[in-house]
Amino acid sequence: MSTRLATGGRLLNKEKAVRFTFNGQHMRGFEGDTLASALLANDQMLVGRSFKYHRPRGIVAAGAEEPNALVNLGVEGKFEPNQRATTTELFEGLLATSQNHWPSLEFDVGAINAKLSRFMPAGFYYKMFIHPRPLWKHVYEPFIRQAAGLGQAPKGRDADTYEHFHAFCDVLVIGGGIAGLLAARSAAQAGARVLILEQTAHWGGRAPVDGGEVDGKPVDKIVDELVSELADMANVTMRTRTMGAGLYDHGYVLGYERLTDHAPETDGPRHRLWRIRAGHIITATGAIERPLSFAGNDIPGVMLASAVRDYVVNYGVSAGDRTVIVTNNDDAYRTATALKAAGLDVPVILDARVLPVDSPLMAEAKAAGIRVMMGHGVAKVLGGKRVTGVAVCAQAGEGAVLEEIACDAVAMSGGWSPVVHLWSHCGGKLLWDSDFAMFRPDVDKAPTGADGSPFVSCAGAANGHFGLTEIVGDAHAMGHAAARATGHEAIPKPAPDAASTEEAPMAPVWLMPQAAGTALRGKAWLDYQNDVKVSDVQLAAQEGFESVEHAKRYTTLGMATDQGKLSNINGLAILSDALNQPIPQTGTTTFRPPYTPISMGAIAGEARGKVFQPVRQTPMHAWHHENGANWEPVGHWRRPYAYVRSGETVHDAVMRETRNVRENLGLLDASTLGKLVVKGPDAGKFLDLLYTNMMSTLKPGKCRYGLMCSENGFLIDDGVVARIDEDTFLCHTTTGGAERIHQHMEEWLQTEWWDMKVYVANVTEQYAQIAVVGPKARKALEALGGMDVSAEALGFMEWADGTLGGFDVRAYRISFSGELSYEIAVKASEGQAFWDALMTVGDALGVMPYGTEALHILRAEKGFIMIGDETDGTVIPQDLGLHWALSKKKDDYLGKRAQERTHMIDPERWQLVGLETVDGSVLPDGAYAVAAGTNENGQRNMQGRVTSSYHSPNLNRGIAMGLVLHGPDRMGEVIDFPGTDGTTYTAKIVSPVFFDPEGEKQNV
Amino acid sequence: MLMLTCPVCGVTAEETEFHAGGEAHLTRFGPGSSDDDFETYLFMRENPKGVHFERWRHVYGCGKWFHAARCTTTLEVFGTYSAQVTEPPKEILDAISEKRPGWTWRDLA
Amino acid sequence: MSKAVSALNGATWSDGIATISEVTLQGMITLRGDLSDPAIRSAATGVAAVDMPDQGQAQCTDDRGLCWMSPDELLVLCPYDEVAANIEKMQTALKGIHSLCFNVSDARAVFDLSGPNARDVLAKLVPVDLAPERFTKGMFRRTRMAQVPAAFWLHDTDHFRIICFRSQAQYVYDLLKTASACGSTVSYF
Repeated sequence: MSTRLATGGRLLNKEKAVRFTFNGQHMRGFEGDTLASALLANDQMLVGRSFKYHRPRGIVAAGAEEPNALVNLGVEGKFEPNQRATTTELFEGLLATSQNHWPSLEFDVGAINAKLSRFMPAGFYYKMFIHPRPLWKHVYEPFIRQAAGLGQAPKGRDADTYEHFHAFCDVLVIGGGIAGLLAARSAAQAGARVLILEQTAHWGGRAPVDGGEVDGKPVDKIVDELVSELADMANVTMRTRTMGAGLYDHGYVLGYERLTDHAPETDGPRHRLWRIRAGHIITATGAIERPLSFAGNDIPGVMLASAVRDYVVNYGVSAGDRTVIVTNNDDAYRTATALKAAGLDVPVILDARVLPVDSPLMAEAKAAGIRVMMGHGVAKVLGGKRVTGVAVCAQAGEGAVLEEIACDAVAMSGGWSPVVHLWSHCGGKLLWDSDFAMFRPDVDKAPTGADGSPFVSCAGAANGHFGLTEIVGDAHAMGHAAARATGHEAIPKPAPDAASTEEAPMAPVWLMPQAAGTALRGKAWLDYQNDVKVSDVQLAAQEGFESVEHAKRYTTLGMATDQGKLSNINGLAILSDALNQPIPQTGTTTFRPPYTPISMGAIAGEARGKVFQPVRQTPMHAWHHENGANWEPVGHWRRPYAYVRSGETVHDAVMRETRNVRENLGLLDASTLGKLVVKGPDAGKFLDLLYTNMMSTLKPGKCRYGLMCSENGFLIDDGVVARIDEDTFLCHTTTGGAERIHQHMEEWLQTEWWDMKVYVANVTEQYAQIAVVGPKARKALEALGGMDVSAEALGFMEWADGTLGGFDVRAYRISFSGELSYEIAVKASEGQAFWDALMTVGDALGVMPYGTEALHILRAEKGFIMIGDETDGTVIPQDLGLHWALSKKKDDYLGKRAQERTHMIDPERWQLVGLETVDGSVLPDGAYAVAAGTNENGQRNMQGRVTSSYHSPNLNRGIAMGLVLHGPDRMGEVIDFPGTDGTTYTAKIVSPVFFDPEGEKQNV
Repeated sequence: MLMLTCPVCGVTAEETEFHAGGEAHLTRFGPGSSDDDFETYLFMRENPKGVHFERWRHVYGCGKWFHAARCTTTLEVFGTYSAQVTEPPKEILDAISEKRPGWTWRDLA
Repeated sequence: MSKAVSALNGATWSDGIATISEVTLQGMITLRGDLSDPAIRSAATGVAAVDMPDQGQAQCTDDRGLCWMSPDELLVLCPYDEVAANIEKMQTALKGIHSLCFNVSDARAVFDLSGPNARDVLAKLVPVDLAPERFTKGMFRRTRMAQVPAAFWLHDTDHFRIICFRSQAQYVYDLLKTASACGSTVSYF
């Protein structure tokens, strides 16, 4: 059994017991435990089930590479699935449950899949569920969805908060082990601004567990000294619990800080995403131990040798009482010695190698009385939900069992792989190192930055160095080089002296025993979480999935949440062997960020709730809100769609408002319309090029409706232009168009016509603009008192400055409704006061505010087009019957040349018409008109579509506008519009001007 | 995410402050131009693997357009320069030649 | 008449790790023109009563100042009530010179962010190096603040003044409050 030892546990505070719950069972650990170490201390080796076969899964590792120990943490707003027990710090009251089992962890129905595993090889799902097609949707998918998935998506709203932080530094060091600390120190000594990140809560990494001496002192002592030295340096920032998650172009790095995961009751954000820009980056991310591929290597109790050692040394926890060690390298002997030193039994070390002489570590183990069997390995592990022993065989053979040895844990080591993920994220290349059977960074092919020079280097084990002497020397030098690369020259101080134990060479072992037969290979796991076995990868190769990327997707090797950290190299080696090619030729799959999963909350940062997105508010926003506004998003603006009174539906309100504008007086908040000032001696010339109309001939004091097209000829915006004085124009744009059209103008001024003397300023927000509309509009303004707003003084399409009710205003006599209408602009700061004044004087005139839907109906009744309804980026003014707005006198305007292209002058282009349903109902917006016959795809031919459609309360019938083939020539013809509900609407083609075609109401 | 230096205001900032504006140094063809010239102007764009000239706007900063010479494979930025030129200045061309001998782009080399 | 109300009517908040307050009714004039032209420079310095700022700089006293927006744009700060008179003064001085003066006082909102954690708070929202030795008094930066454009300068030690669009004032205020939540000190600077 796994248990807490009486001694050991360098990271624990044994004074402080911590209570937690796993699957409803109350357990105890200590402050400083991880959930994994605490579970092991409570003899909870079984922690989950695998994805495909639901096989029992135990803790394998002690760090971020753990593939099995994924748990649900917390409840409700704090619930989170797929949390690694090995990287979860224990806290009082922690609630964890295991995943992917039904009905219970101990007894799981899905485990039947394991019995069927012979019938569920790689690609099983692809092959099995493809036919017959309907079964996929109705039978297979629902069943697989029920059975599949690790953990469950949280249902409650996340109770925590998250944030981003932008950090800049010269040298960023990722990894706070001995290499990272030394690199940070030498960079900082040279004067660089240094930021160092460590993903765990502790500095030092593996060094304090693995031992050794630096400058004559034990390495854990040196770590403490380095940490306090760095903490005292003003140019160094240190962060624990912060992972370097991804490395991107031009020195951009995402750091993932977990602030309160270990202390959930603390104030402040749970996670912080660091958006770091570094001049140079050192990845000192260490190395990850590889498992060995032997039958039964997934049985709970089989662990990485380094993890077994970590649990003993760091947490005072033994994985078992009797631990068999199986290895292909010297490092696992350290585990044997550590276990022995803790008073635990190591019945045998099975070493796959055959060596002429013992290395110092081997000699030490033997001296401790441990039996060592060279050239031997594990034929298979015995046990079900827990290891009960191993069957020993010769590594060279096919797995004939020589002896069975009882044990309750197996510590395996297949060698080490540098953590090259971050190096590779941004294009750093790898070299195959055959001495250590691993990929290491190719220092000659580093990621390059904005200036073309390398901006990433690796240090220590991440750079393929394993002896303490090499690690210390490398890290020290890398720190200096990084400082120099960022312009900090200093005479390097000598590197510290480190003493490391000489190790015998490792021997690559990709399969144990070497000639294992089908039965054993079918039980030798590569990917624990996704249940990928050696036999699956061999099958993939046999079936032609030769590219490593294809084999990965076919077998799902490395596609689990650990992303192949543990076993990818083993899988590559098996694939290479099956393809009979060297490993470097097979290559690796692509390393993609993040290094380990980061929370969605951290990615969103502050952008949730109220600040999810910027909602733009007009000066009268609060008034609208208090007066029943039903909001419509228009770009980032919120505009009232209608003001709903008590007892009304939204539709009722729209009808009431629309009628009232025609009968009495309506107020519209038009502040969102864009307002661009265009000034300069060339302003008229410039606007002539931007608008299809002639603007240079407009007289000061007058307004003109204008159209704007892109260089492609398509309509992009419209609005009223007012000439303020000889060289100043004010151009109104659509609500969504202000920024876009401002950019459009600046683009042409800056990049094409830079010799023109024109300045443009976007003054949209300087004004609150209120449309005062209806037969009583003039009365309302007269009641306010001030400037003369009579038809004589202020004619249609004129503007004037003056005062109204004591406010400085600019009044435009323009109409988008066909009614007598003024748009009054006041300073935004006075917008609410002016609105209040209008409501007061309007009270006796039947005033009502109206929203965007009434605005739409009013303009549709008059046949006025709306950018975004009648246009969709493929419509030209000619399609909309707007020929009158296309100046014939101008040589050029944006879009003119494009409008001469053959497709643009094609008489078959659909043209704007009005549409009236025969029965008065409302046509579905967007519906298509069908024509006789079918096209080459067998679909009904089309002859038009609806662009706007409303119920008009003033005409008491449905009205619509649409684009129809030869439309203007087909007045009175009835055409069919099939709806999506199975009914067909019939509509008559009519003029788009439904209301007051003579304009009698507006020109008063 | 790129870092670019705006040659107008001198600020070096991350890509989120900028807006990419497509290929640089296009020649506008307006009314009176041939169909071929107009088609080339509107639609034909370079898509090189390597040296490229682009337009950018410092949209969250000074609001000005500028040009950038960049490598599309390594993302190296050879330099940024004024939008008010019809071809890259000599120092930009020299910088590219030094780093990418033998490069070509449209009729530049 | 005191009908004018700033976007948030002077809202203030100090329940977190920094103090946020809206500066009400700051007079602001956009001046477009060639900033290398002495006439433009003197028109600007004449009404702002401060020296001409260099590229990327702001010269600001309490409610007066000049902010360098681009090579052909200045933001002139002055008391709200003096805007109309100052525009007229500048237009008169610049008669015949290609330029544009426009009142934008009501188009913007101004916030103060202050306290020892001000740099921490702002660095959560803007992609700018705010280290004390990198972002110093006198600098003026137009940039992206979370999802909207903004500009800021150090008005005093530990005291940023931030300008954004009026329609986005509520968003920016909420943003600053969110970034100043209790327990969110970064202690990076």
